[in-house]
Amino acid sequence: MERVIVCVKPVPDPKAWDRLRLDPVTKTLIREGIPSVINPLDKHALEAALEIKDAHGTEVVILSMAPTATQPVLREALSIGADRAALLSDQVFAGSDTLATSRILAAGIRRLKPFDLIFCGNYTLDGSTAQVPSQIAELLGVPNIMHVTKMEFLDARRLAVTQKIEQGYAKLEAEPPLLLSFTKEANKPRYTTFLEILAAEKREISLWTNSHLNLDPALIGLKGSPTQMADLLVQRKTRQGLRLEGSPQEMAQGLAEKIHQLGLI
Amino acid sequence: MDFKLSEREELLRKSTREFAESEITPGIEAMEETGNFPVDLLKPMAKLGITGLIAPLEYGGISLGYLARTIVLEELARVCAAVATGMQVHHMAIAQLNDFGTEEQKKKYIPPLARGETMGCVAVTEPSGGSDVLGIQSTADLKDDKWILNGRKCFITNSHTSDYWLVIARTGEGPKGLSAFIVDKDAPGAKTGRVEHKFGLRGSNTGELVLDNCELPRENILGQEGGGLGVALKTVSESGRTGMAAVALGILQACYEEAGKFATERVLYGKPIGALQAISFYMAEIYTELDICRLLCYRASWMKDQNLRFDTESAMAKSYTCDAAARCAKKAIEIHGAYGIMKEYKVQRLLRDAMVTISAGGTGEIGKVVLGRAALAPFQKKG
Repeated sequence: MERVIVCVKPVPDPKAWDRLRLDPVTKTLIREGIPSVINPLDKHALEAALEIKDAHGTEVVILSMAPTATQPVLREALSIGADRAALLSDQVFAGSDTLATSRILAAGIRRLKPFDLIFCGNYTLDGSTAQVPSQIAELLGVPNIMHVTKMEFLDARRLAVTQKIEQGYAKLEAEPPLLLSFTKEANKPRYTTFLEILAAEKREISLWTNSHLNLDPALIGLKGSPTQMADLLVQRKTRQGLRLEGSPQEMAQGLAEKIHQLGLI
Repeated sequence: MDFKLSEREELLRKSTREFAESEITPGIEAMEETGNFPVDLLKPMAKLGITGLIAPLEYGGISLGYLARTIVLEELARVCAAVATGMQVHHMAIAQLNDFGTEEQKKKYIPPLARGETMGCVAVTEPSGGSDVLGIQSTADLKDDKWILNGRKCFITNSHTSDYWLVIARTGEGPKGLSAFIVDKDAPGAKTGRVEHKFGLRGSNTGELVLDNCELPRENILGQEGGGLGVALKTVSESGRTGMAAVALGILQACYEEAGKFATERVLYGKPIGALQAISFYMAEIYTELDICRLLCYRASWMKDQNLRFDTESAMAKSYTCDAAARCAKKAIEIHGAYGIMKEYKVQRLLRDAMVTISAGGTGEIGKVVLGRAALAPFQKKG
């Protein structure tokens, strides 16, 4: 196992989500003043890669498409234990939907050849489409297993992968090249140790623009995105009170009926 | 001037915060009940790098320096000041060994302390007092090539969790009659005495060390014979005061966060109480104190990293920040109204913890003695 590529997306810090606002005109998130963090599920993908590194000395490479201002997020991924990172950043990438993003990431991955495994988080917290991993796999022509809850090696190359499906779990066997996208059940991400923080200062972050990827501008960015945002609505959560009256028995009966009615139990 | 923290320092903060929130928080209730330091956390803290933070690389540490230490202790204390206090004293022991130990002593004692396999403490205070170092009554006599120590140390942080005690005892008369020693907890005549039950910093272990004809090999003297006063003062002034200041800074940060959350969530008169001017003024005061203290604490530890003399700055950071933490904890409780005194709410713990930091690691008053001297020095007439 020579190389594992981990796709990482900087997303707005969930702890600051109550400060997030939508731009009423562009229908995009206003990220100003909101710190970026590694997409939480990407940390599980990274942990899976680092476990392979611990066991086999495999190189772990971070790949991300993001504005250059998010470099500290990549530095953090390096300080968790990845060996190097490639940041895909260019004005022409701006406004990419999931398909255009997948084309850009797939082009980045081709530049990182040879690779054995590509790991992603199952979805990102800001977009939550879960479309990118499968689209990357399709564009690269490699098999893809989503919703991974467990992964282990059967021998030097064969992997046993447990996938969460609607009815339960499916156990699969697969060989690289392969793209896996991980759920939070897969592992417990490690903490960033102080020694790794120091070591990561010497690890390289390559900045690649479209001049490195040579993608047709008609296929990327806003122009290359078949999905157009029609509208974006903020979900308002409100509390609704219900006052029950009568004797304690009657109130308990009423409460039980209401709970049944709402299908809560 | 550059007030911006480096990427490294920001990552240290983030990593410590994530660790503290996930790994330390679940044990706080037990600490509050039992008063025990969570020794099980030593290994994971060592893995992260907390135990060996300031220990030199050649002795198994990470050598990140004092500003990094302040940030890490601040983040630990933001979640649990008691654990931060245990670590700050552990660091003091490492600093003292590194400053005054022989090559053999450093090689023997620092690596296991840095790796969190053992814990250390610094024992100066006696029943007769801690600030009055010259009043120390414990004795050390050289007999048949062995040091025989007798006496009692009290209010010692990490007393019952430490493997090595760094003890100051009398080897002669006057200021030059004090010496420092490394006491192995298993040395003949070394015993732990009572465990103190404090109302704050509950999870930080505090107690007595008893030296009853305690026998030490001759080489266990730390530094020069008669140099104990310098050993004690340097450690308390440098790692002790900056460490306790960092603990208080973390408490202050927690006060700010708890008060801010409550002020924006609690609704009275149809709006969050933060919209009331009285509450917003309290918030403004806490916010300002936090910034003042952070600047004082970071400056003092930065000066240590630059090898500058910083005894005045460390005393200022310590005495101001510990007092400010208690003042702000009181304000945070007042913002909470009746909720503030309920045990379910964190702010009451913050006040109890802040109060303990005032006398720990060199009292606030002794800090002010240092500051008073520094303040008047330019006006003193010569001769």
